[in-house]
Amino acid sequence: MAKRKIRIMVAKPGLDGHDRGARVLARCFRDAGFEVIYTGCHQSPEQIAAAAIQEDVDLVGLSCLSGAHRTLFPRVIELLREQGADDIVVIGGGIIPDQDFPKLYGAGIKAIFTPGAPLEAIIDWIRTNIKPRK
Amino acid sequence: MADESEETDKLRKIREGDVRTASRLIRNLEDDLPEAKSTIKRIFPHTGRAHVIGITGPPGAGKSTLVDALISSFRKKEKTVGVLAVDPTSPFTGGAILGDRIRMQRHAEDPGVFVRSLATRGALGGLSKAVGDAVHVMDVMGKEIIMVETVGTGQQEVEIINHSHTVIVVLVPGMGDDIQAIKAGIMEIADIFVINKADRDGANQLLSELNAMLNMAPEFPGGWRPPVIRIGNVFDSGPFGESLVELSAAIGDHHRRLMEKDLLGDRMRRKALMEINEALRDAILAPILKELAESGEMDRITGRLLRKESDPYTIAEEVARRFLK
Ligand SMILES: Nc1nc2c(ncn2[C@@H]2O[C@H](COP(=O)(O)OP(=O)(O)OP(=O)(O)O)[C@@H](O)[C@H]2O)c(=O)[nH]1
Ligand SMILES: [Mg+2]
Repeated sequence: MAKRKIRIMVAKPGLDGHDRGARVLARCFRDAGFEVIYTGCHQSPEQIAAAAIQEDVDLVGLSCLSGAHRTLFPRVIELLREQGADDIVVIGGGIIPDQDFPKLYGAGIKAIFTPGAPLEAIIDWIRTNIKPRK
Repeated sequence: MADESEETDKLRKIREGDVRTASRLIRNLEDDLPEAKSTIKRIFPHTGRAHVIGITGPPGAGKSTLVDALISSFRKKEKTVGVLAVDPTSPFTGGAILGDRIRMQRHAEDPGVFVRSLATRGALGGLSKAVGDAVHVMDVMGKEIIMVETVGTGQQEVEIINHSHTVIVVLVPGMGDDIQAIKAGIMEIADIFVINKADRDGANQLLSELNAMLNMAPEFPGGWRPPVIRIGNVFDSGPFGESLVELSAAIGDHHRRLMEKDLLGDRMRRKALMEINEALRDAILAPILKELAESGEMDRITGRLLRKESDPYTIAEEVARRFLK
């Protein structure tokens, strides 16, 4: 039997069009042996949730630099839940002030990585916390 | 082993078009889980209704952009659409970036469209097997049109294309000598040629090259001469829209021709033959390789070969005598 692969979606909700960071992340994930679906910039939470379900990913990584994370991140989780897909883990990254962490964790975001976080830390977190589902 | 009622439930959900169940099944097929195979056994009798369109061509030719536009045009005709977008697995890390979806995200919320990305995973025959089974899944979901996008650089993609009824080969001007190799590999499989980015220099030259090649063909099965369609710049909506209408018409014409001339039968036989080939490889070769590896015999065999104590043919005959009778 072939080895189960971890599938990840990297998505950028909101209006900022700087996706260099997201692309770097996607490449690192590939180099770590994951399958990465990149959906590009300017994604609505609805588009992100629909794509995550169609792609049957284990993890959605949301990246946001525009400050809209407070509403957009929880909305993605809410939509996944509504569609019975709350087993898809959601993590967040980008410019997120410390005081927003409790609200995001409370909404169901499982981990938050700010720009200083080393990429290895993100990959380690994924390897420890994500097991491909059945 | 999943119990009977669970399996029946799964089948019902897939036939109702449930995306969650279907995409999980495709996932399990890619991961080669035995239970996924037993689900395929059950859905197989319900397959065969969709029009499967293969889209191939060199990297960056604009295949995904074209698929995106075709989704819109099929949706205008109220057809439901499935897309399987295949991208290569990195041979070094086993990971993959699946980027085709970016160009199609505007359809993400349309319940009549289901886009699924697949990595090649580089397994022996594995790619085409997962793609073929994923086509079956989308077919049973009731998708009327299924488009399969693969990067085509020559012979090795031909197999995947065998899953399709209509094959579109996308080329771009100014590829220089590459075009020769690509043409050699995929010339025979094209039902429709698209010259993409026809706004660029060299489009006319490519057109005449293709026509010259087609003129040399001794005959066309069913009398279908592959049309060559020039698609204008996507960013220039007028001409682009017109050429897209022409392409959709050609796709429809080709499908009708397949039906009328019973060419579909030939294609389906080809597909059936390939599916059985792959299933046999799975059922016969895979267990032998597994046992040789697990018993450590593969290492011994490799050693014998390296020391020139034997040759691959003799060893294969020995193994075959032992396992097959
Ligand atoms: N000038 C011009 N550019 C185009 C046209 N169609 C697509 N492009 C651009 O070509 C690039 C590649 O397009 P894709 O649709 O991703 O090509 P692809 O063949 O799917 O690429 P891979 O899947 O990576 O092999 C993008 O930047 C498109 O915007 C066209 O008709 N004219
Ligand atoms: Mg593409």
